[in-house]
Amino acid sequence: MTFISDPINFIATWLRIMLANVGASPDLTAFILSVVGGGILATGAMLWVTFLIWYERKIIGRIQDRLGPNRVGPWGIFQSFADMLKIFTKEYITPNGADRVLYNIAPVLSVASVLLIWAIIPFTVTSYGVDLNVGVLFVVAVAGLGELAIIMAGWSSNNKYALLGAFRVVAQLISYEVPMVLSLLVPVLLSGSMSLNAIVKAQNVWYIFTAPLAALIFMITSIAEVGRSPFDLVESESEIVGGFNIEYSGLKFGMFFVAEFLHAFTSALIFTVLFLGGWRGPGAEQYPILGFIYFSLKNVFSYFIFILVRGSLPRFRIDQMMDLNWKVLTPVSLGLFAVVTIVAKLVQGNPNELLRGLFLLIANGVILLTTSLVMGQFAARRRRHLDERAEGQKLRVRSQV
Amino acid sequence: MTWMQIVFIVTAAVTLGSAVRVVSSGKMLHAALWLVAALFGVAILFAMLEAGFFAVVQVLVYIGAIAILVIFAVMLTRHVMEDTGPQVIQSWWLAAILAAMVFAGLVVLIISAGFKAQLPPIQDSQTMIVALGQALVMPDGYLLPFEVASVMLLAALVGSIYIAYQKR
Repeated sequence: MTFISDPINFIATWLRIMLANVGASPDLTAFILSVVGGGILATGAMLWVTFLIWYERKIIGRIQDRLGPNRVGPWGIFQSFADMLKIFTKEYITPNGADRVLYNIAPVLSVASVLLIWAIIPFTVTSYGVDLNVGVLFVVAVAGLGELAIIMAGWSSNNKYALLGAFRVVAQLISYEVPMVLSLLVPVLLSGSMSLNAIVKAQNVWYIFTAPLAALIFMITSIAEVGRSPFDLVESESEIVGGFNIEYSGLKFGMFFVAEFLHAFTSALIFTVLFLGGWRGPGAEQYPILGFIYFSLKNVFSYFIFILVRGSLPRFRIDQMMDLNWKVLTPVSLGLFAVVTIVAKLVQGNPNELLRGLFLLIANGVILLTTSLVMGQFAARRRRHLDERAEGQKLRVRSQV
Repeated sequence: MTWMQIVFIVTAAVTLGSAVRVVSSGKMLHAALWLVAALFGVAILFAMLEAGFFAVVQVLVYIGAIAILVIFAVMLTRHVMEDTGPQVIQSWWLAAILAAMVFAGLVVLIISAGFKAQLPPIQDSQTMIVALGQALVMPDGYLLPFEVASVMLLAALVGSIYIAYQKR
């Protein structure tokens, strides 16, 4: 192990030896290393957001035929730092009648709930916080804390628009958790483990090829979980002014902003781990640093798709949002799970991994095709129905005349 | 005293304290949030017993689903802001006697069974999860209770749809 091939563990080993030389007990050494590692990871993640904001604004700018930030530094890359400094100097305003404790805890909890997920992400074959054997469940459980933070923010602000935003959050996030968990079950089923490390190691064929429909459902639901366009009903400016965070100012608002961007990026991280093979690539096992490079490339790509969706789709109406979840995504993911279970069991004995993947791919394709056919027919019937009604109204108007 | 014991005592105190606040706080939403704190304390206790699966399920089911639904229901009630009435009902002594009896019964049970400080050896948690999963689908395991619970949930689902459904 050299510094070049695995810098994180190189530094960790060096620190461990140094602490042992000073005379620290193994328990204390492990404790110090955990604190240092956790602190660096969390701080790095929060600082990384400044880059993410710039990246996203730049791409959205290009999508909308603008330049995006381009004044501070080369290509406007220091714009987020200027914004950050500005937000530090802003005044904190606590609204009248606000529930002070909850009002102040909510932004912290909202960032913490996202950072917790980073503890279990395998960045390379050797660098991860913990290898939790219930990793996938952990991801879903921690998302619940984020919901709680938004509810607390909406309720404690003593503002009816904030409360409306909180109501929408509960309705949207709880609903979309159902297909999300069901689509997460597919990689768990295929790899036979809930640990993220084991799922990465099991992906000799990336799961986006063997289970593309699960990947699609996971992507849609995780965009909804983050609450970004087209699912940004939580803070739709044109309807409820700004949603749950309307009464927040200064750095407290900044925390919600950081939490949203970091949550979107973390969703891309989980997508990469579960469906794009994580750090896997040629030579990644011998040289973990290569794995990190592969991981980053895949991750930037999946985050790019998240931004592309955000930049190109308009907001759903609330009933459309609910229809999409309960009438399309939930039944499809239930059916997909059943079919994948059966197909995976049937082809289990086949030693050729590519062939097994092909069968699963075909099963996914059949479900996708059936869904789109059924949806198309349903839409056509609905359109016909609406046309008939419009026709009937016209006739009635004419007879009245 | 080891670190583990200190963490246990702090967690247990916080859990019990929040549980008391659940029934004593005036605002219903505060009560719901104290309930979240108490449930989180139980999750920490699970994690300390190296039952990671139960810790995560505790957070997922009780905080992520049930507590949030409770908060949702509380937000829809008229008493969201404050309940100014007395916090103690008239028959409080009955509840006190019952609680004392249950506590005494538990103490007697634990003492008669012989209180052991020695813990049984912990298996690898992965094999324990596998064992749990298999027990849930084994006919000689917990298949029947598992299926009965599923049917009950399905019945509740159908019932709620029936109540909410309006004929157009």
